[in-house]
Amino acid sequence: MNYSDRGLRKDNMKNITIEAKTDNLPEVLSFVDEILEANDCPMKTQMQIDIAVEEIFVNIANYAYSPGSGSAEIEAGVSGEPPEFVISFADRGIPYNPLKKADPDVTLSLEERPIGGLGIFMVKKSMDKVEYEYKDGQNILTIHKTL
Amino acid sequence: MLNINKEKKGTACTYFLEGRLDTTTAPQLEGDIKESIEGVESLVMDLSKLEYISSAGLRVLLSAQKTMNKQGSMVVRNVRDEVNEIFDVTGFADILTIE
Repeated sequence: MNYSDRGLRKDNMKNITIEAKTDNLPEVLSFVDEILEANDCPMKTQMQIDIAVEEIFVNIANYAYSPGSGSAEIEAGVSGEPPEFVISFADRGIPYNPLKKADPDVTLSLEERPIGGLGIFMVKKSMDKVEYEYKDGQNILTIHKTL
Repeated sequence: MLNINKEKKGTACTYFLEGRLDTTTAPQLEGDIKESIEGVESLVMDLSKLEYISSAGLRVLLSAQKTMNKQGSMVVRNVRDEVNEIFDVTGFADILTIE
C-alpha cells in the first residue's frame, strides 16, 4: 500500500502480519496499544480504537477465510498535526465490504433486537473515517481517528 | 483479562466484573451465567471495574437480559463513563436497566 499519496510518510508506519484467528487478538491489541501509548493517546480514545480494531480483526478471523485459514497484514501509525492514528487491515480472503452492511436499528426493543450485527456499526460511529477498497486480491479496510 | 466474582443469596445474584469483556473473555462470562442463572429472579451486573466492552460483551449482556425478562429482572449498575458511552451509541442504554 502506498501512503505517500495521502500525505502520510511511510516511515511512520509499523506493521505486523499475523494469522487471522481470534486467539491472536491480544497480540494485535498490544501492537496497537504500543503505538498509541507512545503517542500519548487519551484513554478514552484508546478504548474506542481498541474496540474498532477488535471488531475488524475478529471479523477477518471469523469470516475472511472461512472455513480455511489465512493471515492479516496490519499497518498502523500516527502522523500529522493534530496527530491522527491510521490503521489498515489487509486480507486475501473472500471479497467483502463490511461498510455496505446496513446499520442495525438501535431503536428496536429488547425482544426485537437480533444478537449481533453491532461490531462494524460501533466502528463507524466511533472512528472519524472508515474506508474499504478491494485491490490486488486484497480486502483493505482503513480507519482514521484523531488522537 | 476478565475477573468474574459473584455473590449468590437465594434467588438474587450479583456479578462483579473486572477488566475487559471482549471477544476473548465473553465466552467465559456467558458460560458462567448459563450455569448460575437457573432459579435466579434478581440479577445484578456490577460494572464498576469493567474497563472495556466490545460487541461480543454486549451480546452476552443482551442474552442475559432476554433470559431475565422471562424469569425476573436484571439491573446493570456502576457503569463507567467509557462503557456508558458504548451503551449510548448502540442503543443499549434504552434496553438495559442502568442504575
